[in-house]
Order: sequence, then C-alpha cells, then structure tokens
Amino acid sequence: MADLVERVLQEAAERESHYKTIEVHKDIELEIDPGNLLTVDTNPLDATKLKKNREEYLKSLARDNTQLLINTLWQLPTEKVDEAIVVKLPDPKTPIPREKPVPKDKALTKWQQYAQLKGIQKRKKSRMMWDDQSKEWKPRWGYKRGNDDTQEWCIEVPDNAEDPNVDLFAKKNKEKKERVAKNELQRLRNIARSQKSKVPGVGLTPTEAPSKDYLGKALALARKSTASIGKFTDKLPTEKPSKHTGKKRKFEPNYGDVERESKKQLKILNHIQNRIPIVNTTKAANRHIMEEQRSRARRRREEDGGKQKGGKNKGGGGKKKGGFKAGKKGKAGGKKR
Amino acid sequence: MVLQRIVKPKTQQGKRFLEKREPKLVENDKQAMFIKGGNTSSVVSQALKELYVLKKQNSVTYKRKNILRPFEDETPLEFFAKKTDASLFMFGSHNKKRPNNLVLGRFFDFHILDMIELGIDKFVSQAEFPGGKCPEGTKPCLMFAGETFEQDVEYQRLKNLLIDFFRGPVVSQVRLAGLEHVIMVTATEGKILIRNYRVLLKKSGSRTPRIELEEIGPSLDLTLRRVKLASDDLYKRSLKQPKTVKPRKKKNVSHDAFGSKLGNIHMQKQSLDKLQTRKMKGLKAQKRKSQSEARQSSAKRSKGVDT
Repeated sequence: MADLVERVLQEAAERESHYKTIEVHKDIELEIDPGNLLTVDTNPLDATKLKKNREEYLKSLARDNTQLLINTLWQLPTEKVDEAIVVKLPDPKTPIPREKPVPKDKALTKWQQYAQLKGIQKRKKSRMMWDDQSKEWKPRWGYKRGNDDTQEWCIEVPDNAEDPNVDLFAKKNKEKKERVAKNELQRLRNIARSQKSKVPGVGLTPTEAPSKDYLGKALALARKSTASIGKFTDKLPTEKPSKHTGKKRKFEPNYGDVERESKKQLKILNHIQNRIPIVNTTKAANRHIMEEQRSRARRRREEDGGKQKGGKNKGGGGKKKGGFKAGKKGKAGGKKR
Repeated sequence: MVLQRIVKPKTQQGKRFLEKREPKLVENDKQAMFIKGGNTSSVVSQALKELYVLKKQNSVTYKRKNILRPFEDETPLEFFAKKTDASLFMFGSHNKKRPNNLVLGRFFDFHILDMIELGIDKFVSQAEFPGGKCPEGTKPCLMFAGETFEQDVEYQRLKNLLIDFFRGPVVSQVRLAGLEHVIMVTATEGKILIRNYRVLLKKSGSRTPRIELEEIGPSLDLTLRRVKLASDDLYKRSLKQPKTVKPRKKKNVSHDAFGSKLGNIHMQKQSLDKLQTRKMKGLKAQKRKSQSEARQSSAKRSKGVDT
C-alpha cells in the first residue's frame, strides 16, 4: 500500500517537473468575460519590475491573464464541428453601445389599420393563372401576363354609351394613370402619417358630375392658384364669401373690452369650479361605433377560427359585413359617375 | 406639397443595399475606418497601416490626405461614416503641437459618441519582431491590466472603446485551436501600453494547455491627450437593447437539482362518455335494438302530432 502511494506521488512530482504549471495565483480575481474573450486585471502593477524590465514583465502578466482566460474557456462545453473542436461561448457581458438605435415598429398604413379593424386577412394569390384565350398558364401580372386587356386591338362601344365617339383607348389609359397617381398619393400620405408630419391633402380629384359643393371648392381653389395666392383676384359684384377658405387666426386686441374679457375669465373659472366634464358627443359616438366594429370583427375572427373554413361562407357575420360594404360601394359609385 | 419627394429604390439590388444599412435588432459587426490626416509622420502612417491589417475584414482605409480636425469639426467624419456605414474610426495626424497623433472614436446613429486622442510615444512595427504572425481575421483575446482602468472615468470609457474597437466579430462559438492572438492593454503612470502576442499552446499534463506567449507587434506606447465623451444620457440611449433580444422565460419547463429536464403538460378534462371501451358482441346487439326501438317510438310520436 505504502509502496503504491509512494509511486503515485513520485509520478506526480515527475510530471510537475516535466511540465510547467497551468495554475496562476492572483490577489484580486480577474473579471473574465468569455463572450468577448476578455479579462480585466485590477491588481496593482509592480512598479519596480515595470521600470526595470518592462517588456518581460508585460509579457509575463499577459501570459498569466491569458492562462486564466484559457482555463475558463476550457471548462465550457465543447462541440465537434467539421473535425474542429469548438467551444460554445456565453453571451458577452460587457455592455457595448449599439451602432444604430433600436428599430421602431413600422406604422401601419391606412389600409392595414382598416383591415385590422375589420379582421380582413390577406389571401395569397398564385403567381400563374389560366388564360382562357391562349389555353395556357400565364403570369398574373407583368411581361406576357394572362387575361391582358391592355393589348386588345378593339374595344366594343357599350350600348348605353352617352357619347359613342369617345376614344375608349384613351379613356382607359387616362383612368389607369389616375389610379397610379392616386396610389402614389396614398403612399405619400401613409409615409407622412408614419413620420407624424403634415399629411398632404388630396386636393380635388376630377369628377364627371360635380356637385354644387364640389364646384364651390374648386372655385375657391382656383381663386387662390395664382402667384400671389389670390390676393389680386377680382371678385364678382354679387359674390358671397367662399365657405372653403381656411380659417384665419384671430387675436383679441391688447386693450379695450374689459367687460368681455372678465366674462370670458369668469366662464372659465365657473367651469373649473363646477367640475362638469365637457362631453364631445361626436367623439364619444365615434369611439363607441369603433369599439363595436372592433368587437364584431373579433367575434367574427373567433368564429372563423372555430369553423376553420368559415372565411368564404358565413351566415350572420357575412350579412353584417355586407351591410357595411354597401355603404362603401355607394361611395365608390359616386366617384365613378 | 408639404412632403418632400420620397424616393423609392428602383432596383431590387438598391432596395437590399438600403435594407442592409437600416437599424437592425441584432446588429452586424462594426466597420472601422482608418483615416490618414493631412500631414502624417512615418510612425503614424505605419501604425495606421498595421492596425488596419489587424482589423481587416471589418475595416476600410482612407489613404489620401484628409485634412480634418475631428475635435473642431465632426461633420466630415460623420460624412465618411455614412458613406461606408462604419461606426468606428481611427484618425492619424502629425503636427508640431500634437506630434504622432491618433484619434480613436465611435459613432452612434452616424453621430460622434466618444472620441479619444492619443499620442504615440513609441511605436515598434511588426517587421521588427522575428517569427510567425497571426492569420488575418482571428478573433483576439483582450487583456486589460492596471487600476487606472477602474478608477478614472476617461480610462473606463477608453477601455470600453478599445474593447469595442478590437473585439472583432461577435460569435457564439470559437475554435479552441484558433485562440492565437492576444492584445494586452496596460495603463500605468499616465501611459497606455498596447502589446500584441501570439499564443503557443504547450502540453501541461492535463486537458487544459499551458500558455506561452511570443510578441508579434505592433506595440505602441500611448499617452492620453484630448477627450470628448458622450453625455450620460446619450451613452445610456446607445446602450439600450431591444426587448425581443432578451431571452424570454420558457413556460412549463423546469430543471431539478440533478439537472434533468421536467415539463408540465396541461390537458383538458377527459370526457368519459366518448371513451372507447372494449367492444363486445353483447353490447353491440343491445345498442342496435335500442336504436330501432327509439326510431319506432319517435315515428309514432310524429304521427300523433300530425293527426
């Protein structure tokens, strides 16, 4: 037994003499961040050694710290990837500033907001579609697309056409251009809304049967569309002031009507003392309606989830939705007329 | 129109290029610019060149004369940063007032965050050290030593900046044999000493190897000059991490003291009515009988209603 112990001890001593030790002693333990392969040594430096033999001292210090880092790295779990042993590093601990700020969520477009409110889901359309004329599959859009009505060489004049001499090709082109322009404007408005800058107005879109209100608006705009913003535009002798001019800011005079001012102040004071909240009825009603719509959409979505197939053929929900759609259709129809 | 024209990228390539530069949740590795100033000494240009090589793959050089004064006007630097999508820079210059000058800095959102000016007192090039060098693009081990790095605010920030500058790509795993390069930064008596070493792994009789180092250069002795640090508010903002990057707590998974994984399974109450029991002939016949009976009785009932 004693023989064995002696032998083991001797072997250990031999090994130690053969190899240098991997152990390092430090008064204050190092901060080690294995994620960054980083050590921070806060021990005071040896000034005399540093002065006497700087390079040697730095090297030995670096060696000791590296040894400590390696010792911790070798304790981490390893893996074999492509015949190389890799060690899995933990996440870096040292806080390092970001390069750019954290990205914000993109603001929803007007349509996305509406779709969310109504619970409308996106449906994927296939890229290819069946073209009845050529009897083959063709892309839905783009070059060599199927069911292409822009390439037709003749367009039938409808029976109920008001003016049979209208160039239908030109009309179609113009309508397409207007749709594109409208879409571009809506894109810009969405961007403006997301950046919280002033949302550009639509202005006046051309219509074929303008209403009285529309004409009034157009007139007011036309008046202002001069280099001097309508300052020198002549008025008709019996012309009434337009309703569509914007509001001008008005300021009270600096001195004068004391009675009116005191009344105003008293009114404010009264209101504060009474503590009766002002109810904006239109706003409240709108909020109520919106809440109702939202809950309805939610309910419908839940029903859909239950049925799984429900999207296409629903009973009650569909009817409700139909009712809403009718309203929209009316609007759209108005534009077309 | 109120809004300025917003230009959409015309090509898919252009779109991808812009997307690459947008802020991301998990960020790419930072690019570093090495900018040569209007006048440089051989020491400064050599230092820039060798540090550029150390950081290659994530670095660009501006080799021509760039007459900039980072501490007086930051805009040209910010312009360069925007151009190359870089957020670290090292600017070298040499003049009578500040000989052998290096300005080290970083950007946040293309604006200067920190900027530290260092003077090179001594520079030893890589060429003066015999022996092998580290291959390009190895992730270095960083060693910081000296009490000053903990005590002084400027040195603390300098430490963070140097870590940011030299740490290389952020990786989840590293090859054990690939730990070859050590950068040692020591702060002592107002000086900052940067040394580069190559790691030699020796046998130690155990699994963990014994480390020996060999100096490979470049080595620099630096002194701190002017400093421009970010305000605490801005610095804090730049440190903000997105919520989604933090790992979420996993529900229903736990580990016990022995390290084995336990899971909770939540089940709905089993309905015993629909339970399939053993099928027997006797039961089957009975069922059919009862069904036919029920049918008959219902028919009778309906008839009764009709009449």
